[in-house]
Amino acid sequence: MRKLVMIGNGMAGVRTIEEILKLSPNKFEITIFGQEPHPNYNRIKLSNILQGDASFEEIIINPLDWYKENNIQLFTGESVIKVDTERKFVRTDKGREVVYDDLIIATGSNSFILPIPGSDKMGVTGFRDIKDCEMMIKSAEEYKKAVVIGGGLLGLEAARGLLNLGMKVDVVHLMPSLMERQLDPIASSLLKAELESQGMRFLMEKETVEIIGDERVAGLRFKDGSFARADLVVMAIGIKSNTSVAKDSGIYVNRGIVVNDFMETSAPNVYAVGECAEHREIVYGLVAPLYEQGKVLAERICGKEAAPYEGSVTGTQLKVAGVDLYSAGEIFEDGTTKSIMVYNEFEGIYKRVLIRDNRVVGIVLYGDTKDSTRLFRVLSKKEDITGISIFESQCSAEGGSGDIASMPNDELVCGCNGVTKGAIVEAIKTQGLTTLDQVSHCTNAGRSCGRCKPMVNDILAYTLGDQFDAAAAQKTSICGCTTISREELITEIKEKGLSSVKEVMNVLEWRNEEGCTKCRPAINYYLGMIHMNEYKDDRDSRLVNEKMHANIQKDGTYSVVPRMYGGVTTAADLKKIAEVAQKYDVPLVKLTGGQRIGLFGVKKEDLPSMWKELDMPSGYAYGKTLRTVKTCVGAQFCRYGTQDSMSLGIELEKKFERLDTPHKVKMGVSACPRNCSEAGIKDIGFVGIDGGWEIYVAGNGGVDLRAGDLLATVKTEAEVMEMTGAYLQYYRETANYLERTSKWVERVGLEHVKEVLANEETRKALNERMDQTLKKYIEPWNEAIESESIKDKYYAVHTVKAGE
Amino acid sequence: MITTKTMTLAAHYSDLPVRTGYAVTINDIDIALFKVTNGKVYAIENRSPHPKGGVLTEGLVSGEYVYCPVYDWKISLVDGRVQAPDVGQVKTFQVEVEGDNVYIII
Repeated sequence: MRKLVMIGNGMAGVRTIEEILKLSPNKFEITIFGQEPHPNYNRIKLSNILQGDASFEEIIINPLDWYKENNIQLFTGESVIKVDTERKFVRTDKGREVVYDDLIIATGSNSFILPIPGSDKMGVTGFRDIKDCEMMIKSAEEYKKAVVIGGGLLGLEAARGLLNLGMKVDVVHLMPSLMERQLDPIASSLLKAELESQGMRFLMEKETVEIIGDERVAGLRFKDGSFARADLVVMAIGIKSNTSVAKDSGIYVNRGIVVNDFMETSAPNVYAVGECAEHREIVYGLVAPLYEQGKVLAERICGKEAAPYEGSVTGTQLKVAGVDLYSAGEIFEDGTTKSIMVYNEFEGIYKRVLIRDNRVVGIVLYGDTKDSTRLFRVLSKKEDITGISIFESQCSAEGGSGDIASMPNDELVCGCNGVTKGAIVEAIKTQGLTTLDQVSHCTNAGRSCGRCKPMVNDILAYTLGDQFDAAAAQKTSICGCTTISREELITEIKEKGLSSVKEVMNVLEWRNEEGCTKCRPAINYYLGMIHMNEYKDDRDSRLVNEKMHANIQKDGTYSVVPRMYGGVTTAADLKKIAEVAQKYDVPLVKLTGGQRIGLFGVKKEDLPSMWKELDMPSGYAYGKTLRTVKTCVGAQFCRYGTQDSMSLGIELEKKFERLDTPHKVKMGVSACPRNCSEAGIKDIGFVGIDGGWEIYVAGNGGVDLRAGDLLATVKTEAEVMEMTGAYLQYYRETANYLERTSKWVERVGLEHVKEVLANEETRKALNERMDQTLKKYIEPWNEAIESESIKDKYYAVHTVKAGE
Repeated sequence: MITTKTMTLAAHYSDLPVRTGYAVTINDIDIALFKVTNGKVYAIENRSPHPKGGVLTEGLVSGEYVYCPVYDWKISLVDGRVQAPDVGQVKTFQVEVEGDNVYIII
């Protein structure tokens, strides 16, 4: 009998032994070394243990009796530390030496633990084996807050398990979407919303740089400086092949132990299988390919004519309650692929199959995975799909009010926010709601993923009965205080000559007499836009930053950012800023993104005196107005500059500063197309060319990264000012409050804007209204310094002693 | 257990601006006073119940509610309760107005 030794007692290895026993029951004398003190168990089911659906006994695949029956010598709790590939024996950490004719390395993998400070603290674990599970279960008894690093398959399963154990769970993920290697963005967002509704909290695009705490973990610090508290940290970012014994023994190792198509390593009669093996540069971590490898290896070792292992296409299923998810093959379209898609938002079903050359090459199924087995077969067999139906169960969007009547009151309608039918019906009845928007505002239903909106609308229709007005219900009202839309509000203000926020809310019968944080700033803006210099601004209808003319910080302090036109300053101004910063012990002095200096952490009561000493105008770093005009050095000094960008920038900033706009407006002026001021991602950007200026609009460097579109090319600075005035005024008059120019242009269309501005008469009228509006502004910091009543009302704090 | 309550003169009624917070610190307790449109005065702790905190004096006042200026939670000035869909409660203090004197009872 040949002597077969296996290092590792896990799923892939033991499955290989089973295959060998099937092929050649009496050929080998088998010895297995396992590091863990257990027989082979089903690692995939660890999440079931964590989630409380299985016990350890239930997940054992090969009980100790199985080893006995097959005459396998099993050493548990003992690891092989050395292979002598010349003399063909292995040595263990207990000094045992065993000779072999054939050796299988099936050492599997370890959790990849981030090499960051603190990762060795108590309470930090991977999620790989039963020991990790037991540790998590024990932690959950004593502690409350867990953080799972990794929003992949394993991480999400661990997170769900920890939720079941009663812990609060944050999942930290480096990438912008979950399971990005298995899911496309739509499926990924459906998954995220579902898991959030189950109570997981996600910290996306966060890179952990440190684990902090004394002996035990207390929290994590991220690259962006933010922080999360944690009593338990589970690292589930990936696996690392356990290759040390092979490496130490001179066997060729790359990421894993490198094997050929017959699972042979670089050493004769030494094989590797499973997660420790690297085949054609791939290390597999899912069980199906590992079993395929085991089969090939068994045939090879038994001397059978084996078909080579040529790699696997893998299918993935997430084992989390309430989530039905399947993914296999390619995820992203690449120009040679075509998609077949079913997206039933209402029922939360999303299916997409990628086709190339009449063959299925990728599958993503969410919400309904009935087709997974069949489609995976079509994919792996590379069947021609011409003429066959891809989805057997076509989507069926049933619904309507007939179903609403039979729906129990406690049935969840909005999974994201946990809103039941009963809660929605009650809100509609008690608060007299009539639109979908109002229902969303009052109950939060439909405010997250929006997938339940059709059903919320049906519930609204059902509850209101005859009073339901379908058209009105769909209308977007300004806020929950009213049913009227922006357009209606503008018309009413003009027709009825309404002239104050209070009057608007009164006359138009606001349900909520004094409005809310959504409608009051909006009404105040619209009134100022319509009545131009005749309107008296309602300071108390502005939100904190604009009311205070300073940015509130999270600790209740403020920031002070003085105006520096075009990012140009002087030694004298810098000195003044330095002196003020020193005198008031300002905790942070920082250059802002808009080419100026910010003083952060200023106490409210210090604001007026600091402004006075600075004696500079407000930079409006807090306002829905022109923020900054960023400029490059330009023709004054730069050898490339073709235009005087600084002068134009300063002129623009001086003209349009303080102007109220629907949302903030940023500008940039570059003297040449090298574009050092990044004018291409500004609301309005100006790029100097030989003999003129290009004007770009609707760029955005923030949340909705968008390159600007060329609006016009003009010859002179005067034309720049004229075009900019007209464009800004048209934006002011037609955008919704809080709509950035990028969104506005996409909504109304660039061509439309160009058409409007092409008419000289129109431009002239717009500029006249602009100029009239600009008349009303006065410098707010100076106003505050001069006015005792403003100082008293907004910037005073009072201290008294109890009992006096 | 005997608890003593202290009545402290916190402000003058005529000094309180309508629909704007008035910050007062009494023995290290930061309190926000609000005179609302109907003339009533309310006192609540000047700290948002939002986990990240924040002051309340600079919030927008609507009726007998204030909106947390940093996280936009709607908070009742009467009982300190955070309105749905958010949850929480801020500490309230009893207010007595006698003539032009506004007392807070702590």
